[in-house]
Amino acid sequence: MVQAALEEQIVYSRPESFTAVQTHYCPGCTHGTAHRLVAEVIDEMEIREKTVGVASVGCSVFAYNYFNMDFVQAPHGRAPAMATGVKRVLPDRFVFTYQGDGDLASIGMGEIVAAAARGENITVIFINNANYGMTGGQMAPTTLPGQQTSSSPNGRDVEVMGFPIRTAELLSTLDGASYVVRRSLHDPKNIRMAKKAIRMAFETQKQGLGFSMVELLSVCPTNWGMTPYQANQWVQSAMVPYYPLNDFKVHPALANFRV
Amino acid sequence: MTKEMLKGNVAIAEAAVRAGLNAYFGYPITPQTELLEYLSARMPELGRAFVQAESELGAVNMVYGAACTGARVLSSSSSPGISLMMEGISYIYGTEIPVVLVDVMRGGPGLGNIAPAQADYNQIVHGGGHGDMHPIVLAPANVQEAIDITYNAFDLAEKYRTIVVILADGSLGQIMEPAELPEMKPLLMRQPDWATYGAEGRPKRFLSSINIDPAKHEIFNIRMEQRWQKIIANEIRFKEYYLDDAKYAVVAFGTSGRIALSAVRSARAKGIPVGLFRPVSLAPFPEQALYELSKRLEGLLVVEMNNGQMLEDVIKITRHQTPIDFYARTGGIVPMPEEIEAAILRMVEEPVNTTEHPRDRWLARLSQELIGGS
Amino acid sequence: MQTEIIIAGFGGQGVLFAGQVLAYAAMDQGMHVTWIPSYGPEMRGGTANCTVVISDEEIGSPIVSRPTVVVAMNKPSLDKYENMVKTGGVFIVNQSMVDREVERKDIHSVMVPANEIAEEIGDKRMTNMVMLGALLANLNILPVDAVEKALKDHLPVKHHKLLPANRQALEKGSSFIAAPVS
Ligand SMILES: Cc1ncc(C[n+]2csc(CCOP(=O)(O)OP(=O)(O)O)c2C)c(N)n1
Ligand code: SF4
Repeated sequence: MVQAALEEQIVYSRPESFTAVQTHYCPGCTHGTAHRLVAEVIDEMEIREKTVGVASVGCSVFAYNYFNMDFVQAPHGRAPAMATGVKRVLPDRFVFTYQGDGDLASIGMGEIVAAAARGENITVIFINNANYGMTGGQMAPTTLPGQQTSSSPNGRDVEVMGFPIRTAELLSTLDGASYVVRRSLHDPKNIRMAKKAIRMAFETQKQGLGFSMVELLSVCPTNWGMTPYQANQWVQSAMVPYYPLNDFKVHPALANFRV
Repeated sequence: MTKEMLKGNVAIAEAAVRAGLNAYFGYPITPQTELLEYLSARMPELGRAFVQAESELGAVNMVYGAACTGARVLSSSSSPGISLMMEGISYIYGTEIPVVLVDVMRGGPGLGNIAPAQADYNQIVHGGGHGDMHPIVLAPANVQEAIDITYNAFDLAEKYRTIVVILADGSLGQIMEPAELPEMKPLLMRQPDWATYGAEGRPKRFLSSINIDPAKHEIFNIRMEQRWQKIIANEIRFKEYYLDDAKYAVVAFGTSGRIALSAVRSARAKGIPVGLFRPVSLAPFPEQALYELSKRLEGLLVVEMNNGQMLEDVIKITRHQTPIDFYARTGGIVPMPEEIEAAILRMVEEPVNTTEHPRDRWLARLSQELIGGS
Repeated sequence: MQTEIIIAGFGGQGVLFAGQVLAYAAMDQGMHVTWIPSYGPEMRGGTANCTVVISDEEIGSPIVSRPTVVVAMNKPSLDKYENMVKTGGVFIVNQSMVDREVERKDIHSVMVPANEIAEEIGDKRMTNMVMLGALLANLNILPVDAVEKALKDHLPVKHHKLLPANRQALEKGSSFIAAPVS
């Protein structure tokens, strides 16, 4: 019997917007997942050569090594201001920032609020992993009540250390913000939904509607002291209840857009 | 008291606690973070104030506010964070408020890296923000010295109502050495006669750095400069090693100072009469002592972990009494004792031409070595 | 008299702790000592090393480029440090993690199957103590007793149940004596 040669079909490959290097992220870290989603969206929209990324200070500081497009790297917390600078002189380029929760919601809270209030036509990818990854797991503004970190060794006591910040909700109150949603990266279904949201955010920018941000619940197994599996479970059981996955602001002009 | 193995960052933190620290405000940054992490457990345990601020900008202004009440207050950071604090540091100085800050320097400029460096020398010793400023700057070279300096820093800051900066680097932050901690001082809530803690039974006070009338601000600046004269008269500190019979000396502070000590010893073992002059107070700088020393030497070698920031001060201070040579590594690279020893031998064997700037020779050599070409 | 020791291996092999125990023991004996780790944005595994300097006078540099002794816990450390050991110095290699012998003939070298010994003792975490035992036996500046005492005095009480295994590891390691320089 003669067997017909099987036809080769490529079903999965590295996005063009990605470089062929190994990342420095810990095993199981979802920074890599988030990177990939952004790269796929940029490929699908065919805007790689028209995009400028702004890396922040945190574990994703080397993002410029992994994305195959022009990149700048901002001081800690200042990415939205730097992105504003780029966008204002190059309004026809796509500009996005990629920031952690310490970077965006602590030291950089001023810049992100101001950029959203200005309706700056940029896209923000915001990684909420409930701690400071790069410096060794200190408390972040997003650290949950009672959560132990290396700078809240007895658990976050809200009486002394205050309450976590729900950034997406906060920014959605600003008139300049056009698309503000929260998604999670803890399982395949949620990852698919996260990708759709990232696409929507870039479409917002494409249509010139103003500020867009996708907050992504993300894991930090290393500093949480968990296996990647446990970490993803913890996102579902502890983070999602505190940080509901929702659309907080969607500009009416986006209502009929389907990814 | 017995000795304990203590890590530099932790030793500084505990020394501050024992000096009667009322409050700490800081923000994580490597290679200083253990200091903050240690106090995040230690301060609440003692019922004292600890806040992880939203940024260094927040931290320095929390320090400003707390210190206005007369409390003993500390913040710590590393180079990029210290840059962010500059505004607050200038305001604190302009308000004459005693404050202690720790800078655990790392490789710069920019985000740089987290390895040890000494490149904040200019930003702190000659700076500390805008305006005419003179913070007191102390540079320990080992853990015991770091403890002793921190323990006394609060008294010093209060005595002159000024800022004391402890200038350390990543290496001192991370090193562990046996050291002795001092006794725990009783925790006081001081009420100095300038502080704002509520005007109960006394006329109200205000604290501000504004001086709308230039004539008044000029008087303020002159008064602060007079105070600086007193600080120069009283607070200069330095360490001398093997200088009695020396014909040559290395000038280096902090970590490069202690590394130079090893180089000096091995050069001595080869018969070279070289010693080490290690300034501990960088501001006020031990100018007179260095000037006197330079008059009797045949050569000076300045060693730093930056591109020659203290070098300029040494050139100015020694007034060309003696030829000066320079050796440094920068950007987070720490010089090895052998490199410094080689620089000592070069100083002795190839006496330098005094009209050339020492940095030019160093730059030419290091460029050749690290980048190649001509 | 000054002795400089570098202990190097993967993060998680107890490299930094082994150095600290050594430093504690030296301190308890009234010697000057420094311990300094390599540090980097190495939240993510990778290599780790620390330098311990023991001296009878105030220590200058806590870092050295020509150490008297190196303990290499893995292959990258064998490769990196072989050429750095001072002539006549001691090079102790974890045989379980390398695939070659030491090539230099002007240093005392010794191969210790530390992983296997630790497993024999019943606790893989004891690899570093096996190596430390070998280091002490070849160094002759600190007795094994001093290190045992340091462990007891400085190990948190909750880990004291590990003391017998630590002692066994140190003793087994100390039977590996380097061949004289040929
Ligand atoms: C002015 C300044 N302060 C502090 C730091 C130190 N620092 C580097 S990364 C970081 C936190 C990053 O945490 P996050 O933004 O949550 O990102 P992650 O690492 O978790 O991805 C800090 C505080 C710095 N680089 N600059
Ligand atoms: S430290 Fe946390 S956030 Fe950073 S790469 Fe590792 S797992 Fe990811």
